[in-house]
Amino acid sequence: MEMPVPDQSIIARKARIVARLRSVLPFAAVIEDEAETRAYECDALTAYRCPPLVAVLPSTTQEVSEVLKICHEEGVPVVPRGAGTSLAGGALPTADSVILGVARMNDVLETDYDNRFIRVQTGRTNLSVSGAVEEEDFFYAPDPSSQLACAIAGNIAMNSGGAHCLKYGVTTNNLMGVTMVMMDGEIVEVGGAHLDSGGLDLLGLICGSEGQLGVVTEATLRILRKPEGARPVLMGFDNNEVAGQCVSDIIKSGILPVAIEFMDRPCIRATEAFAGAGYPDCEALLIVEVEGSEKEIAAQLERIIAIAKTHNPVELRESASAEESAKIWLGRKSAFGAMGQINDYMCLDGTIPVSQLPFVLRRIGEMSKDYGLDVGNVFHAGDGNMHPLILFDANKPGDLELCEAFGADILKLCVEVGGCLTGEHGVGIEKRDLMSDQYAPDDLDIQMAIKDVFDPKWLLNPAKVFPLAASDTRRIAAE
Amino acid sequence: MKPENEAALAEMVQAADGPLRIEGGGTRDIGGLVEGDILSTAGLSGVTLYEPGALTLVAQAGTPLAEIEAVLAAEQQRLAFEPMDHRTLLGTSGTPTIGGVVAANVSGPRRIQVGACRDSLLGVRFVDGAGRILKNGGRVMKNVTGYDLVKLMAGSWGTLGVLSEVSLKVQAIPEAQATLLGQGLNIETAVQAMSAALGSPYDLTGAAFKSAGGEAMVRVEGLTESVAYRVQRMQSEMCKGWRVVEGSDSAALWQDVRDVVPFAGREGAVWRLSVKPSDAPALPEDLGHPDAICDWGGGLVWVLADHAKDVRQVMTKRGGHATLVRANTSARSTVPVFHPDPAPIAAITKGLRAKFDPRGILNPGLMG
Repeated sequence: MEMPVPDQSIIARKARIVARLRSVLPFAAVIEDEAETRAYECDALTAYRCPPLVAVLPSTTQEVSEVLKICHEEGVPVVPRGAGTSLAGGALPTADSVILGVARMNDVLETDYDNRFIRVQTGRTNLSVSGAVEEEDFFYAPDPSSQLACAIAGNIAMNSGGAHCLKYGVTTNNLMGVTMVMMDGEIVEVGGAHLDSGGLDLLGLICGSEGQLGVVTEATLRILRKPEGARPVLMGFDNNEVAGQCVSDIIKSGILPVAIEFMDRPCIRATEAFAGAGYPDCEALLIVEVEGSEKEIAAQLERIIAIAKTHNPVELRESASAEESAKIWLGRKSAFGAMGQINDYMCLDGTIPVSQLPFVLRRIGEMSKDYGLDVGNVFHAGDGNMHPLILFDANKPGDLELCEAFGADILKLCVEVGGCLTGEHGVGIEKRDLMSDQYAPDDLDIQMAIKDVFDPKWLLNPAKVFPLAASDTRRIAAE
Repeated sequence: MKPENEAALAEMVQAADGPLRIEGGGTRDIGGLVEGDILSTAGLSGVTLYEPGALTLVAQAGTPLAEIEAVLAAEQQRLAFEPMDHRTLLGTSGTPTIGGVVAANVSGPRRIQVGACRDSLLGVRFVDGAGRILKNGGRVMKNVTGYDLVKLMAGSWGTLGVLSEVSLKVQAIPEAQATLLGQGLNIETAVQAMSAALGSPYDLTGAAFKSAGGEAMVRVEGLTESVAYRVQRMQSEMCKGWRVVEGSDSAALWQDVRDVVPFAGREGAVWRLSVKPSDAPALPEDLGHPDAICDWGGGLVWVLADHAKDVRQVMTKRGGHATLVRANTSARSTVPVFHPDPAPIAAITKGLRAKFDPRGILNPGLMG
């Protein structure tokens, strides 16, 4: 993956930059030793690594502002970092950049159950936001798989989703306000405890902008009362098409499950070998979860099962206890680990119209044969958010490149059938150069023009999201 | 000007040599008095794609809302966000269009559960002020590919571009609905009850209060069994003594709130205040007890005020914003319709406008 050539004049000024940063931050919050900056050389897209010039760990919005002011004056690129769990390389540094990590900013600032929001510093992890309101039986809905580790800052940057967003929406639908520091150090407030924007919806624009418009340090998040209960049902089918049709029929019926998860045979087999969840050996497996009181759950499952039966399932397993529910989810939750046990893998998250599921799965199977690389599919079927896991051997020369080419072909296919490159992981560097497949030059130009407004010098996370060739003139002109 | 297709729309914007007043059905005429040639999107009409099994619909911007609702109803589906019809309140006539709904980010009582119009909006195509045809988003439920201009375009009132096509997530019409109606409440007790209900696991799809009559109401929708269960639970918890209204009677109650019917035809300015729900009870007092209708559990307060009253002033000590939805001609030319932004936000907004509409010809002066 090509990255811009680091600016040697910045690297030559390292001592001065470090000294200036130390003038506004505690000594230990500025990390410059090469052995230590290595901890920030990559995120969860580990195939690409590069230690930053410096890493800083501010504790307050004011400190973030001071840091950005200095970097702005020095013309140093800044790469914001939450918990470093990005699968798209969103937090990959360059050798001339400062990593601005918000990990130390993890306080709860305000909890308001009457108005149903929580205000936190954005270094707080996703799961610990729910943890902070658990005693009152509330929760924060977006639930990315990495929720134990990932930070709200990164969730906002990537507009993260999760398994339960079929009902509750993704980050942008649950974000009410932010405190954001602009690249020049100015602190702005957008949104708050009220709903909707009084002017242009800048909050909607900021969410998902991959740390390119500003550094979000505090967030007001919508919290919800937990449902009384939840229960899944597992269904097996002997072909993908029928499973896809069943998904469509459930959605159409008017019942809104909180999650509909799909696994295909390669994934079921790998998972079974790894976790022994007792899944049937079939072509396609669905896990459908509903929420409510016992009575409501029973009413919903009854209807869902009736729909499933019209599609001749080879297996139909309704959970009768918390233990059985956990077992149904066990396989799904260990799917990534199971695939990782077999080999290295690359996980994509292209999204397609639900109606195209059978066709896309068939095409991926054909491409898998052409490329000679195995692929397993496990994904959020209710919203068409696919997760093909391509297996490759990182130690085998050329395998990574082959895998990336296969991945790119799958994503192009997603776009061709009316979908998009990424449903919840973000573009980062991983899908940067495919953006031209989804967007015309003018569509990219207007997005880059937005960055021009927020960050005229193109210092914030500059080499991400847009194809380098498309952002070249802007980045160079800004230097 | 009334282009028949997107290319013609782009040509007309390119060729424009002065300000344009962008119009869908012309029913949401809330803004300042935009002087300019009328550019109507009514010629861009028709549903271009509808997949009930994927809950997605794509339509040209000028498609009448009624047409979309009819297409959806035939499949037992609807727009989840329950857009307000402004005609009753504003006394306008004409045909509301889906483009107008999106441009104004119009949402109704269900906003508290399913989000605003912008949360159902999956993709847009539009022509910017330079006449470029642009697109963002798509027709899938989850999409984080590049910046989210979809949200930005929703509620931008035609000032960033002229919408040509929108793609929306739709919702199945639930099998049942019921409303619990409480009477003789004041705004404090009503907001308290609504907060308790909204903080319960019963998944409300509406929570409103009318100061005239002291009437509070909460709504649940879903499977018949589920609605019955929730109603019964709430009656024994936070809505003791409230009466049950079901089916079409329940629907009528919410249409009344959605369209702010009680203020229709009555003298006075109509303000729409978006606040933290617990701030709502103090507002009428600060304003000298005007007639008020609270939606969104108190988060949205409609106020019928004297034309001369500076309602926005009482907002300054609180967060939130106030929009002047209906006003007489003198107020419309002097009071900003939209809430003025703080300086740094205003600067960003101005910067964005300059990029999307370098000549400043799209609804100039309407917003900020």
